[in-house]
Amino acid sequence: MTTVANQRVQPVSGTTASRSWRWMRENLFSSPFNTIITLFCIFVIWNILEVILSWAVINASFGASKEACEVAAGACWAYVHAMYRFLLFGTYPAAEHWRPVIAMIMLTSGMLLSMNRRFWSPWLAVAWIVGFIAVYFVLAGGILGLTPVRTSQWGGLTLTLVLAVVGIAFAAPLALLLALGRRSEMPLIKVICIVVIEVFRGVPLISVLFMASVMFPLFLPTGVSIDVLLRAQIGIIIFQAAYLAEVFRGGMQAIPKGQYEAADSLGLNYWQKTFKIILPQALRLVIPPTMSTFISLFKDTSLVVIIGLFDLLAATRAAVNDPAWRQEFIEAYVFIAIIYFCFCFFMSRYSNYLDNDLKKSTSH
Amino acid sequence: MSPKHSKKSDVNPVVTLLYDKTFRSIMYQILVFGGVFFLGWYLVSNTMANLESQNIATGFGFLEREAAFGISESTIEYSPESNYGRALLVGILNTLKVASIGIFLATIFGTIIGIATVSKNWLLRFMGVAYIETFRNIPVLLQLIFWYAVINRGLPGVRQALNPVEGVFLSNRGLYIPVMADNPAWFWVAGGFVLGIIGALILRKWSLKRLEATGHIFPHLSVGLGIVFAVPLLVWLVFGAPMEINAPTLQGFNFRGGARMSPEFTALLLGLTLYTTTYIAEVVRSGIQSVPKGQSEAATSLGLRSSWIMRLIVLPQALRVIIPPLTNQYLNLTKNSSLAVAIGYPDLVSVSNTTMNQTGQAVEGVAIFMTVYLTISLSVSFFMNWYNKRMSLVER
Repeated sequence: MTTVANQRVQPVSGTTASRSWRWMRENLFSSPFNTIITLFCIFVIWNILEVILSWAVINASFGASKEACEVAAGACWAYVHAMYRFLLFGTYPAAEHWRPVIAMIMLTSGMLLSMNRRFWSPWLAVAWIVGFIAVYFVLAGGILGLTPVRTSQWGGLTLTLVLAVVGIAFAAPLALLLALGRRSEMPLIKVICIVVIEVFRGVPLISVLFMASVMFPLFLPTGVSIDVLLRAQIGIIIFQAAYLAEVFRGGMQAIPKGQYEAADSLGLNYWQKTFKIILPQALRLVIPPTMSTFISLFKDTSLVVIIGLFDLLAATRAAVNDPAWRQEFIEAYVFIAIIYFCFCFFMSRYSNYLDNDLKKSTSH
Repeated sequence: MSPKHSKKSDVNPVVTLLYDKTFRSIMYQILVFGGVFFLGWYLVSNTMANLESQNIATGFGFLEREAAFGISESTIEYSPESNYGRALLVGILNTLKVASIGIFLATIFGTIIGIATVSKNWLLRFMGVAYIETFRNIPVLLQLIFWYAVINRGLPGVRQALNPVEGVFLSNRGLYIPVMADNPAWFWVAGGFVLGIIGALILRKWSLKRLEATGHIFPHLSVGLGIVFAVPLLVWLVFGAPMEINAPTLQGFNFRGGARMSPEFTALLLGLTLYTTTYIAEVVRSGIQSVPKGQSEAATSLGLRSSWIMRLIVLPQALRVIIPPLTNQYLNLTKNSSLAVAIGYPDLVSVSNTTMNQTGQAVEGVAIFMTVYLTISLSVSFFMNWYNKRMSLVER
């Protein structure tokens, strides 16, 4: 595909100005109708940019003091200055804020390292498990002289990252099991997997979270209780695993039958066949939908605000109700929207990169 | 497991049995099923014991009891004296209301933006992609809460209501729009519309049959569309062409007349529509791109008219790619409407939540709304399976 496109490109001649003029003529003014569309687009973009820029930059107040905001007509960024700790750490004790910082650095750097194909090995899973235990103790304390901090005090972006990264790390293997179960030849296992997948895909995440928060305590014997954060985390994991299982199953279905038969005729057993032959090909096919499930998981962590956990969105909601800052709710929501956007946009770019990179490395 | 073992002549029958494929498969299944069964039994027995110790009666008898809470908006008659069953019905109808309007709007905007992203115009393409990337990478719940805050806190009060278009008022009490005044004629016009659709479908069937039999082409699309609009128009004229408009006017501290969309409903509809539009646009884009250029070129060389190429060659193939993920997005929008509970729109989940808090019937409450959503999802997926089968039959 790319080679064909490359051949079509004419040898570039002329000055930069004439080249850009030609580009504009081809892409913006190729016909009268096209020209009208271009002018209309410029008009719309200009109007949107004017509103955004005059609010966020030109008429905004960038000082750290609230007084400067009184005169400014635009955004009051002092608000973010005053609130950012609350948004990042929630109600975590102020003296201990260095701990969530370390936890967030560990989680994001772990994610970044795992994105590099050089580190893809079984050891990565071991590293993640050790990493999660470390993150838990950094946040919860209770050892090495760290002050214990209850999970109900975890909050803000820290909690969002914990929910998202732990969710992704555990949803993927569970989804794999469910997908294999659904493709299994054992009828009972198949039925159980189908029921789990279809039930969790058929209901909104909210109802799963309600089940985790309201119904689950009834399931346990009296006196036994499980932390609400853990319950919500398990709910998120099972819910997204059901979606991911269908993505993985799609990939496995796309593998030609000959691959299965070839593996069988080589005398490989089920697990060898699955992990050495089928999955490496199947998972490669479904990178874009897998990553978009992960992005959904990241966005959906915001739903825990409804069952009373204190994640980034919940912290913001509490922050905008502060009577001292009644007017600045838009700044707060825009600020966290940018945070969510950055994470999700980065993940979708990575998905494109990985997809292309793997295609390149296998195409010859 | 190693081949050396099996070559020995004195093979232990127990070992052979352990390596027997069927035996193993049955054992695995018994183990897994036993585990699931035991877990289920354990949870149910715990729940029973807990409910008994908390003196909560199980069962759906509570649906008959008086609800004693108000619901801010309802499409059917409801008062706090009504029972819980009716309250839940109001919730279901509110969910369906916001979902159906949202689906309608998101389909229109999604199609427009999806087409924009495959446009030849670079700037238009850029705008489409920018919209999609922005709104799909921000959690929908954040968008809902944001729009609700904007309407509730950012908009002026009723007396200073924004008036963007004649007759439309936007204030922190919600959106007021003019509607046609009540008249029995409108009921019959709607009936005429349904009748017109049925007539057009019969016409289509007849013309296809005639095409098969004689080869004569009847323009059933344009004539059919004509029937769909002509019948209600005729009914409207018969009833004396009522034109009276019921516009909202400011009286005292609130608006009178017109139709009102509450702040909760407006924020929910706006957020869901903007968010789902991005996904539908992507679906439409991939559908259009999935039809190879050779298809329309081949049709052109066969001498088909360009309007026919779109209708007979490109659209059927694009729709086959578009419709399955599109229904998925419709389901997602319906499920996402449950986020209404965060901004106080009385949808099914929100009403169930109130019911659960008042009665303590958590198991039944969650069971009811899960059943409703499951019924919607499963019936749509059954429809999809039927549709896919039908489409693949057409293929070969």
